[in-house]
Amino acid sequence: MAGRTGRRRLITALDANAEQLGVRIGMAVTKAQALVPGLVIADSDPAAETEGLNKLALWALQRISPVVMADPPDGLVIDTTGADHLHGGEEAMLADMIRRFAAAAVEARAAVADTWGAAHAAARFLARPAIVIPPGESEAMLRTMPLSALRLDPGTVSDLHTLGFETIGELLDQPRAPLTLRFGPEVVRRLDQALGRIAEPVDPIRSPELVEVRKAFAEPIGAPETIARYIGKLADALCLELEKRGLGARRLNLLFHRVDSTMQFVRVGTAQPVRDPRRLVRLFRDRLETVDPGFGIEIMVLVAIHAEPLREKQTISSLVEEPEADVSDLVDVLANRVGEHRLCRFVPVQSDVPERSVARVAPLAPETGLTWDGDWPRPPRLLPRPEPVETMALLPDHPPVWFTWRGVRRRVRRADGPERVRGEWWKRDAELTTVRDYFRVEDDTGERYWLFRSGDGEHEESGSHRWFIHGIFG
Amino acid sequence: MPKNAASPAIAELRERIAHLEGSGGRARSVLPFGLKEIDRRLPGDGLALGCLHEVAGGGNGAVDGAAAALFVAGIAARTKGKVLWVVTRTDLFAPAIAQAGLQPDRVIHVEAGDEKALLACFEEGLRHGGLGAVVAETARLSMTASRRLQLAAENSNTIGLALRRWRRQTEAGDFGQPTASVTRWRVSVLPSRPLPVPGLGRARWLVELIRCRAGESADFELEACDDTGRLALPSEVADGSPQKEVGRRIASR
Repeated sequence: MAGRTGRRRLITALDANAEQLGVRIGMAVTKAQALVPGLVIADSDPAAETEGLNKLALWALQRISPVVMADPPDGLVIDTTGADHLHGGEEAMLADMIRRFAAAAVEARAAVADTWGAAHAAARFLARPAIVIPPGESEAMLRTMPLSALRLDPGTVSDLHTLGFETIGELLDQPRAPLTLRFGPEVVRRLDQALGRIAEPVDPIRSPELVEVRKAFAEPIGAPETIARYIGKLADALCLELEKRGLGARRLNLLFHRVDSTMQFVRVGTAQPVRDPRRLVRLFRDRLETVDPGFGIEIMVLVAIHAEPLREKQTISSLVEEPEADVSDLVDVLANRVGEHRLCRFVPVQSDVPERSVARVAPLAPETGLTWDGDWPRPPRLLPRPEPVETMALLPDHPPVWFTWRGVRRRVRRADGPERVRGEWWKRDAELTTVRDYFRVEDDTGERYWLFRSGDGEHEESGSHRWFIHGIFG
Repeated sequence: MPKNAASPAIAELRERIAHLEGSGGRARSVLPFGLKEIDRRLPGDGLALGCLHEVAGGGNGAVDGAAAALFVAGIAARTKGKVLWVVTRTDLFAPAIAQAGLQPDRVIHVEAGDEKALLACFEEGLRHGGLGAVVAETARLSMTASRRLQLAAENSNTIGLALRRWRRQTEAGDFGQPTASVTRWRVSVLPSRPLPVPGLGRARWLVELIRCRAGESADFELEACDDTGRLALPSEVADGSPQKEVGRRIASR
């Protein structure tokens, strides 16, 4: 990609191949062409790039957090406070984000830090491809960073270089007044923003397609009861608006603009499209305790960030048929309390390998009526990983005479088996010949365990012939 | 109320006590086990719906809770509607509870992060009222927590099953602490009866009813849940031992 800066044509973006050949960003196009004959150069289109970035920002708005801002030319700023736990923690959230970007052929680097400035620096100079800076360690991290990490214009950076400054730490140790006198207020402002000494509000993007209602208050409000009352009013208004469009909300954000120009938000999700104000209010009220109104709230905005068509449905009115109780509201309440990924139903998978015979589906996924094959008993407790046990057993197909597990030796009184499970060679080549022989064994006290021998007892290639415990029967 | 009440006066007194206990005079429905020996020990001839019940494993079962889980799954299988199963440790193997009669379509699993979240989910499930049963695998259950759960269960008429399970054997003494639950059960495994051929027969449990409000405690030796969640009496108890039969036949000769 080549763009124009003044009268020079410069390289503004390049791919990995070009970088390997020695082309760099900021290089003159003529020089790059001399360096790499046959270099394919396309003119950059800043308008289209900004539009693409806005699209990415909208995507992040729906998936990750309600406060998202595009940071041209190449960044997204996401305020994830209070949203990371819904994605399984900060590391998991970043990894997931990068994976999704990669699936869309976008190479991304991400960082989480206390402030916008620190995260900006870490994402561009440290992340490979993701990094989480723990709270309070931003300053130590920033001190070793080069000056260009500070979001200053290139002229100022090169002037500072001329004066002998290399890292942000050196700049921090200088008295502030001469710096301001020489370079203007920008340098100290950027330093303060990166260290979180002055606020740097994020102006979240909004989209005209989203259903949004807002309420501005003449006097800032702060009492929980007042907030709850206005949530009810906003929910009513939102549901009316949704009804007009024939939609139901799947994911909602409630944003609070505080008087000190910072923002708080609550995000809830539902398993099915919802247009019932009472249910929405219920979901928000559960999360209200996480909101800190500070000196007061000026504006409340309720946005249905993700909506799906919702049709009216006839409820069962027959006298004979008993309606199945609707639990979707309970699922929503629990999902917003413990996290959506912690709620599931288990469904059967066609596989003889025990740990693969179970799959998780969403709690309100359509019912299949399928169940597991009941011929072989399965233990109610399955160990997360088979644990090796010491045994004595006759080969090839006798159960053990005794076994020792977690330091306790148990004599086997009765046993049933073997149930032979073969490796699934169509999944992994390594499983082409592997075999597990499962035995149910009962010890002196009547406790039953699920043991297996890796291997068929005859052929070396079928397994190590060691014994493992995999489950506990009741 | 047991039908074999000694006299009408006692029956009337029992009614007044039930009224005082604050169930609002509403006749509480029950879930019978379908075994006369157990049902006649329980007030109302069955496990009261709309109440909190506690189940723990005995011996190693206090830690793994395997037999107790099947016992609870058998009870939940005989209710109607969806079942919420809340855990903190994720070692429950769904095919096993399906084999105890609880179909996978009916069970919504929740993995709560800690005990506090678990109790909150438990209570939320009980309050909802649309569920058949709520099961929670919990280690600690204080008097206050259990009273909240019991009240929630009473209001919604949903059966709450607290499956008590501890991290270590030594913590299982906690089961002696008082709680507001209506019944308290301990399920321990017993050696099964030898079969005439090599193999394993149906598992056998010692089911102890340790505490029962308005009832007496009792022990039962039972055969584990079948695929519809029903327990059974061992054949020699149900039909009398063959030796006795043979002996009687010899004596009558």
